[in-house]
Amino acid sequence: MSEPENGPKAEEEQGAVSAAGGDRDFLVVDDLHAGYGAVRVLHGVSLRVGEGEICAILGPNGAGKTTLLRALCGMVRGRGSVRLDGTTLSGRSPDTVARRGVAHVPEGRGTFMPLTVEENLRLGAYARRNRAEVQADLERVYGHFPVLKERVKQAAGSLSGGEQQMLAIGRALMSRPRVLLLDEPSLGLAPMVTRELFGIVRSINQEERTTVVVVEQNAHLALDIAGQAHVLESGRIVLSGSAGEIKADEQVAQSYLGYRI
Amino acid sequence: MSESTDTTETTEAAGAAEAVKGGSGTPPGVAGYAVRNWRMLALGALLLLAVAAPFQLVPFRVFQLTMVMVYAVALVGLNLLVGHAGQISLGHGAFFAVGAYSTAVMMYHWDLPYPVTFPLAAAVAFVLGYAFGVPATRLRGLYLALVTLAIAIFLVPLLKRFESVTGGSMGLTLEKPEPPAWTGLAQDQWLYFLALAGTVLAFLVVHYLLRSRVGRAMHSVRDNETAAEVMGVRPASYKRRAFAWSSMIAGAAGCLYTWTIGFVSPDSFTVNLSITLLAGIVVGGLGSTWGPLLGGLFVMFVPSWSQDINKAAPGVIFGLLIIAVMYVAPTGLAGLAGRAAHWFNKTRSNRILRKG
Amino acid sequence: MADFVQQFVGGLGAGAIYASLALALVLIYQFTGIVNFAQGELAMFATYIAWTFIDAGLPFWLALVLTLAISFVGGMLIERVIIRPVEGAPELTLVIVTVGLFIFVNAAAGWIWSFLIKDFPNPFPGGALQAGGVSLAYSTLGVLAVVGGVMGLLYLMFRYTKIGLGMRAVATNPESARLVGIRVGWTLAFGWGLAALVGAVSGVLVAPLLFLEPNMMGGVLIYAFAAATLGGFDSPLGAVVGGLIVGVAETLAGSYVDFIGSDLKIGVPLAIILGVLLLRPQGLFGRAVVERA
Repeated sequence: MSEPENGPKAEEEQGAVSAAGGDRDFLVVDDLHAGYGAVRVLHGVSLRVGEGEICAILGPNGAGKTTLLRALCGMVRGRGSVRLDGTTLSGRSPDTVARRGVAHVPEGRGTFMPLTVEENLRLGAYARRNRAEVQADLERVYGHFPVLKERVKQAAGSLSGGEQQMLAIGRALMSRPRVLLLDEPSLGLAPMVTRELFGIVRSINQEERTTVVVVEQNAHLALDIAGQAHVLESGRIVLSGSAGEIKADEQVAQSYLGYRI
Repeated sequence: MSESTDTTETTEAAGAAEAVKGGSGTPPGVAGYAVRNWRMLALGALLLLAVAAPFQLVPFRVFQLTMVMVYAVALVGLNLLVGHAGQISLGHGAFFAVGAYSTAVMMYHWDLPYPVTFPLAAAVAFVLGYAFGVPATRLRGLYLALVTLAIAIFLVPLLKRFESVTGGSMGLTLEKPEPPAWTGLAQDQWLYFLALAGTVLAFLVVHYLLRSRVGRAMHSVRDNETAAEVMGVRPASYKRRAFAWSSMIAGAAGCLYTWTIGFVSPDSFTVNLSITLLAGIVVGGLGSTWGPLLGGLFVMFVPSWSQDINKAAPGVIFGLLIIAVMYVAPTGLAGLAGRAAHWFNKTRSNRILRKG
Repeated sequence: MADFVQQFVGGLGAGAIYASLALALVLIYQFTGIVNFAQGELAMFATYIAWTFIDAGLPFWLALVLTLAISFVGGMLIERVIIRPVEGAPELTLVIVTVGLFIFVNAAAGWIWSFLIKDFPNPFPGGALQAGGVSLAYSTLGVLAVVGGVMGLLYLMFRYTKIGLGMRAVATNPESARLVGIRVGWTLAFGWGLAALVGAVSGVLVAPLLFLEPNMMGGVLIYAFAAATLGGFDSPLGAVVGGLIVGVAETLAGSYVDFIGSDLKIGVPLAIILGVLLLRPQGLFGRAVVERA
């Protein structure tokens, strides 16, 4: 267990290399503890995500990945600090965090089932005032996800799993997020669909310079698009590094992830 | 420790703190015996006091205490349903009325001797409760509340309508039970002892019911319906039984009411009675052993004292108190789930300790 | 036949009143999963406020607008102050709190305005519209028009405004609604305000028919419950259709079934509730009822 100490350091070095021009301390998490009632899940997680970067959070089931995202967006209260571009997010309610530019695509996608596809997307822009911009963004989302445009007036609940995941990401994009949090986007999707989805996430990241934090069990896919990756185990970060490093170190991956990449 | 006394602890406002403390797992064995002995003593003292009271008080006070017990019996039934089975009745007064009117009809029209009317009135209320329970308990608790409220509102015009049986709006006036000569008691004292006997009976019935397998099943349905179902308990069946029993006890209370007052009329049994009873048990303490008795005192005395201020004062007090009580136990009855689970463990380890 | 049509339309008039209270119930139920037993009493209280304005010499329609505004704000306040602390509590707790509110509001009205009945002016002209041997009372038509107007406005609000969209989102998935930045707490309060407003409409419309007194809405509440149960507690459309059906059924049963007559009409909603629970528990328009875990 020497990696935990090495973690932050490795990460700093990594950040210096890969931050593609943006602020490398864009999203800063410091010593975050969180849990549900008496059950503690996160035991002091610290990490940094640079602006415009894709950061993957990997780890086995129950490691606390989902809780980490929930704590970032305020759904779960915790101790420690979360700052986005210098503004403190920790301790704020999810609606406020959302209005500060953090869009969370939750596990299970959070689809508003009986509402239409377009209504779901418009809800993503709920906190925005400029109608013309929202309309333009709607078109932009349809550009990323042409399949949604075909189903504009359809009830969201009638979409397939993959389409609902696209809708959820589209909804998140409608808020013009500064950070996009994706919780297990591949869950329940066919491999082909997942690959398409990750491709779209990457293009969104590149075209719009949206910072992305993606939690994935499917490490292989996530590392393909991520710049940086952290491995979470039992509520602690046990390994950090560039996606390439982590991918290359099969031994480490196997022992920490418990499965072959 | 018995089951029912234990639930008392969990419901009392102070119990909240205790339950939290209890989480550390203090061995309850010896303390349990001490508490038990203390409780038996208190119970004995209370009974002694209850027996002595009618010889010390003026008849009006004796009558008031008799009514307290009548209400307490009704509340024992309501407590079984709301506090122990987690279902809501807004029409408990209607089943009280069914008992009261059954008794009145049996005594007025059929000239039955009054002791016979007690089991019969309870039986009528039981059957009606069971019949209404079938549709009302199939779904979420909410629907029982709706159906019972509708029953409570429907009852008054129904009673007025069948004038030949019920005496219509005028009601029925009957002879109150006379004390047997050998007792040497006055009528108000005799009625008091009848009500006392009824109260003790109701408390005992519910006490043993809750200790039985059925009682445990009922608690499990209240605390976590899904979990209960997984364990093979059919929630609807227990909700229905709880409702039928609680109606039965309300019917018995209604019978005592008719004996005590010697008069029934539809306007005594409006929906206000049902709501007052619910207020009584919530304020008295849901799921607690002595809640019904405290509730009975509350229902009897708060209106008569506060009515001097304003006719609406009792309602204002009831309403505010109900809301306040629900706030004081912010986890509400769900909190009971955790506490009851904790308590189950405690008793189980308690039993093991005693065996070893 | 003409008599039947007349009764039928009369039933629609009564049904429209039940529908508006049922709609108030459903609005709150949808957003918070709470069945507000105090809904009828809030409507009664609002009606007293309207009466106070009218008694002070204000024209009816101005009094109505003021009353609706006060009801809206009052409903929001009740959600923020009384309901908020028990948000997410078990159903039993919620029902008991709303019953407590019921008792309190009822008594408070009695305290402020006394329990004596008061005459409430009918805003619609007397007389009736004669058409093909059928005479339709203007007051019935007026009730239908007002309720229809309120429903129409609500529909437009839900369908085409941002707050309406936000409310529907909160009703479907509150957690997700929070994640897109919707202030869920305020949206719930808005829903309570809206419900209080719609309920107030039913109170003001029913008062001229029933006389104004603190227990005026007890019966109407049962009809509204029957309407909501029949239509499905999660369907606003169901509440409206259910209300109309209950109104017509009650009126027809009252006039054509001798046994029921006018005094036992209150048994009709009870029968409807029991029947729906036995035959189609989710109601006509509701989604299948799933037992809550």
